[in-house]
Amino acid sequence: MRKCNKFISAVVASAMVLAMAGCGGSNETAPSQAAQSSQQEAQSSQAADNSGAANDGAATGGQFVIGGIGPMTGGAALYGLAAMHGAEIAVKEINANGGINGVQIVFLPEDDQHDAEKSVNAYNSLKDQGMQILMGCVTTTPCVAVADKTAVDGMFQITPSASSTDVIENDNVFQVCFTDPNQGVASAQYIADKKLATKIGIIYDSSDVYSSGIEATFVKQAETLGLEIVADEAFTADSKTDFSTQLQKCQSAGAELVFLPFYYTEASIVLTQANGMGYAPIFFGVDGMDGILGVENFDTKLAEGVYLLTPFAADATDAATVSFVKAYQDTYNETPIQFAADAYDAIYIIKAAIEQTGVTPDQSVEEIGNALKGVMPTLSVDGLTGAGMTWDASGAVSKAPMAVIIKDGAYASVQ
Amino acid sequence: MNFWVYLINGISLGSVYAIIALGYTMVYGIAKMLNFAHGDVIMIGCYIVFLTMTRYGLHPVLSVLLSILFCTLLGITIEKIAYKPLRRALPLAVLITAIGVSYFLQNMALLVFGADTKSFSNVITVPGITLADGALKISGTTIVTVVACIIIMALLLLFINKTKAGQAMLAVSEDKDAAQLMGVNVNATISLTFAIGSGLAAIAGVLFCSAYPTLTPYTGSMPGIKAFTAAVFGGIGSIPGAFIGGILLGIIEILGRAYISSQLSDAIVFAVLIVVLLVKPTGILGKKMHEKV
Repeated sequence: MRKCNKFISAVVASAMVLAMAGCGGSNETAPSQAAQSSQQEAQSSQAADNSGAANDGAATGGQFVIGGIGPMTGGAALYGLAAMHGAEIAVKEINANGGINGVQIVFLPEDDQHDAEKSVNAYNSLKDQGMQILMGCVTTTPCVAVADKTAVDGMFQITPSASSTDVIENDNVFQVCFTDPNQGVASAQYIADKKLATKIGIIYDSSDVYSSGIEATFVKQAETLGLEIVADEAFTADSKTDFSTQLQKCQSAGAELVFLPFYYTEASIVLTQANGMGYAPIFFGVDGMDGILGVENFDTKLAEGVYLLTPFAADATDAATVSFVKAYQDTYNETPIQFAADAYDAIYIIKAAIEQTGVTPDQSVEEIGNALKGVMPTLSVDGLTGAGMTWDASGAVSKAPMAVIIKDGAYASVQ
Repeated sequence: MNFWVYLINGISLGSVYAIIALGYTMVYGIAKMLNFAHGDVIMIGCYIVFLTMTRYGLHPVLSVLLSILFCTLLGITIEKIAYKPLRRALPLAVLITAIGVSYFLQNMALLVFGADTKSFSNVITVPGITLADGALKISGTTIVTVVACIIIMALLLLFINKTKAGQAMLAVSEDKDAAQLMGVNVNATISLTFAIGSGLAAIAGVLFCSAYPTLTPYTGSMPGIKAFTAAVFGGIGSIPGAFIGGILLGIIEILGRAYISSQLSDAIVFAVLIVVLLVKPTGILGKKMHEKV
């Protein structure tokens, strides 16, 4: 019987670990249902208006038709709606200023409900409506599916926010956001540029691809930049409650900054325990840290001064951000999130690429696609989510990293 | 100096494991079943304290008492509904039922309390001790956990050895049928065991969440597994064994993480467990049958 018990306990242990791993991934989807349904109606009527315009455009050949795919209903609707709104603001601005090389743009948003199959359907539907360029998809899984379709059709595709490296495997797909592992490079770059610290400690989740991927690229980049990694400590999904040892090692090694490339649930324990032991280095997180202020009953004082890498802060004071935020608030009555800014930039990147190549709407989808993907590695675009964005032929973006700092219990841009 | 810091961290983590392991070992010792739902009763206990304190503003002591009461009732209910009908079934069937109860509790919590992380405020206000000119800090939570653990252990031993109900428990653990023939109410005794075990789970939950302050529906499962390991390590069924096993497990985990590898700390813990069980298959204190309750 004892043997049997042990076997079963092992099975149960692994099952529970799996269950926990599963719940880690669900961090990304937490929309507000109420906001969603009201937005949905607005969206569908808008889409209807636009498609009417598109048919005219395709008929006369006098307009660029850009399609947008993202989740506008369902669990990830928050992201898709923000992206479509951001893109629409960019399109409106460009059209008001005379279009691209004098040609107006039509933007057609389609809903994919964060589902790969629905996303491919949306893509086919947009093609029927005369789409020439795709701005999408917003989320990674559908994006990978659609990227295979655009590769076959030779259509130019730029995703605002699908961050996996799988998305850009085909040469016609480009990203506005950093790839997951590039967040490590960007973080090291930011720390070195801003001279935040020279002695760095790292705590990361070695049982998670996202976290260990960022850690690996961070370490590599930190070495080339002359940052000294004094402690590089791991934890796993099975032991993510006690970080005292890892913090103690960072402290004894004299780390002035501790890099935390993992989700906010664990990060909130790290911050509490560091506070308990009287250790106050600079803490630096990546996009997984976004959300720490939303943890119920969390003492936000603990997060005071925490940096996190994110491409967009709505309270930034540069002219471009101020005018974007104002236009967004006027139109949609909300403060834009980073997805809106990513999509806004995506439209301007398409504009820059078209202007560079001089393609015209009467060319075929494949001709436009070939011209645009050829010119992308030569472009440099200043956007809301980074100045001097450039691309390599793989489609991954390279731009100056930006971070926000937590101040008085809110995200604030770093001055 | 670092060594002492690690040692104290180890004792701190170990004392949490120990207090959870007490509940495991108590139920196993008497009912001869592994209550895998123990970790999840801990989680429910934490949610009760969290909700009563932050949403209804109750005094911490009151909400802890409320949580103990709730968990005790929950333990009795679980026992009545899920385990009692299986009294004569194979131990394996009961084990699988316990796993089912564990998932049921997790998913109920997911439904009722939501998946988002809650931050638990520390209910322990005892000041910590600073030694060696501030280089060594022992937090109030650690002190309270260790002290609570020792007190609970002593009370449990007294209860089992000195009271009539305790003697009945011993009798049931020795031989259910014989105990019944001698006039012991076996069902009531097992219910009482679950009541005490679940009440302990509530206390363990409060101490655990005070030390590691995030609360999700899965909070209880991993500590539950670790504490079960601690109970086996110390000799399952033995109350002092659970304490020693828990403390040792915590110390080995932290020292392994500090001096060998932070990635391999769990592997080290389980390697030590395997060695101990090879040398002494009943666990560290498993031999003393008369202390087995």
